[in-house]
Amino acid sequence: MASLTEDSATTGEEQGGVRRRDFINVAAASFAGVGAVTVVLPLINQMNPSADVLAAASTEVDVSAIAVGQAIKTIFRKQPLFVRHLTPEEIAAAEKEPVSNLRDPQTLEDRTKAGKKQWLVTMGVCTHLGCVPLGAAAGEIKGEFGGYFCPCHGSHYDTAGRIRKGPAPTNLQVPEYAFTSDTVIKVG
Amino acid sequence: MSFPWANEYKPNNAFTRYLDERLPLPRFVYNAVGAGYPVPRNLNYFWNFGVLAGVALMVQIVTGIVLAMHYAAEGTVAFASVEHIMRDVNAGWFLRYAHANGASMFFIVVYTHIFRGLFYGSYKPPREMVWHLGLVIFLLMMATAFMGYVLPWGQMSFWGAKVITGLFGAIPLVGEPIQTWLLGGFAPDNAALNRFFSLHYLLPFVILGVIILHIWALHIPGSSNPTGVEVKTEQDTVPFHPYYTAKDGVGAALFFLLFASLIFFAPNMLGHPDNYIPANPMSTPAHIVPEWYFWPFYAILRAFTVDFFFIPAKLLGVLAMFASILLLFFLPWLDTSAVRSGHYRPLFRKFFWFGLVPCVIILAWCGGAPAEEPYVIISQLASAYYFAHFLIILPIISRVETPKPLPNSITEAVLAQAPGAKLQPAE
Repeated sequence: MASLTEDSATTGEEQGGVRRRDFINVAAASFAGVGAVTVVLPLINQMNPSADVLAAASTEVDVSAIAVGQAIKTIFRKQPLFVRHLTPEEIAAAEKEPVSNLRDPQTLEDRTKAGKKQWLVTMGVCTHLGCVPLGAAAGEIKGEFGGYFCPCHGSHYDTAGRIRKGPAPTNLQVPEYAFTSDTVIKVG
Repeated sequence: MSFPWANEYKPNNAFTRYLDERLPLPRFVYNAVGAGYPVPRNLNYFWNFGVLAGVALMVQIVTGIVLAMHYAAEGTVAFASVEHIMRDVNAGWFLRYAHANGASMFFIVVYTHIFRGLFYGSYKPPREMVWHLGLVIFLLMMATAFMGYVLPWGQMSFWGAKVITGLFGAIPLVGEPIQTWLLGGFAPDNAALNRFFSLHYLLPFVILGVIILHIWALHIPGSSNPTGVEVKTEQDTVPFHPYYTAKDGVGAALFFLLFASLIFFAPNMLGHPDNYIPANPMSTPAHIVPEWYFWPFYAILRAFTVDFFFIPAKLLGVLAMFASILLLFFLPWLDTSAVRSGHYRPLFRKFFWFGLVPCVIILAWCGGAPAEEPYVIISQLASAYYFAHFLIILPIISRVETPKPLPNSITEAVLAQAPGAKLQPAE
């Protein structure tokens, strides 16, 4: 650098202490910097989900065979999806609890479709660290609130899939879905 | 670097003279781990574990490279390819058991090495950089071990990957995009398996690079020793070779004895039977536990069960777990006592043996236990002590403690243990 500085003294007139060589140095380094960042972007972005992973992102479920009080486990985006046909008692239990008492305040209405509040559709993924909660299949324990129970770190969900006890921060996620007919839902 | 009385490398034939003038590699080795490196004469067997860690890394690299010749990192065949290694590949069972138990041996050795550093104050000036580089190696080891455990694509592999990448989901706002980015999908799948394999192959060589820096930084002040008194004269030291190459050889023999016992008599003792069930995204094992070497940290993660004001419990657990290791980077400034060795620090020694050591053992025990009472409350108390030990107790001890008188030199300490011996030069 020292020799460069000496050379540059002869290359042009100074303007307020700034030499032409300074401008060239800054411009060259900036240009190389922008180029480096441009190359880093694809190197980082390649780790995001690829097109084929994103393409398998919606699924249809026929719910006609699910009896009252029963639930099924199906797959949505390679993760478990719970579809539960709530009993009137379960609906009453979910509606009885004042929303202000909840960690993640939501009513059963917020979590179901209008006029279809007996159908609870949630991801089967504990919001703590991603285990599959128990309670969807027959005979599995449903936790202290009659909904779902995550065996990994002991989170209890109620009959609306809302977190009531344990380390999970939020309610079981309700994915985007719609009833395409009375008995078929399209998730995603 | 090194002491003025260090032996000088002398090439003893025409070839080594030729080489020394062009690429002085033998000279470098001689000065690093040969007769040219003077080492305190009083090192005990705890000083074996640095070399043993190097041995363990070499075992992992060699067995890992040959296993990679038979393994397929693809979601549908990964599990089957591991079974292929176990049943069909010549000596495949041996190589895989050596690699899996080699990871445990590596952690046993490294935990002993860290224990040594904590008790004898090896983290104190002028060796802070050695300590920091060691912690970097430890973090890299944990990442490597975690990703390696995912590769067999059994139930514990899958759910371990899900839980650990779920930790990043706890970060506010950017957590979920980061988790998806790390996994290359919404749940662990082929994309995650492939990148974990790529990184699992890469990181051991990064570790090797940091180990070179670790040794480089160590050789500037030279090795510490059980008295914590710095080397003063030539008679305080002996050359690394043959004295400590021989002593490390004894340790290495015991290391391989224990290692072989695990491989041949209890190869699955430290593993989980669930990992012989192929990965199933639809069913969580009843009891997800990481490998034993992550238990203390897993206990700290799970110790947080209630929100603290606006910070959710999940984020607190994740922060505490990372903090429990990052905390150790600040150790040289938390422990301000000028005396290094725990031998001469009566108060420090009590809190070390009756506080920190049982605390870490209890955390490990809770981390391997299910997430229920009484383990939750015990891990909460132990986590609280862990942080209190480093952040409150250690700084206070350093100020109030009256250390025992230190020996004037390493030689004096050595001769004090051997009554009647005369003061004479080492060697």
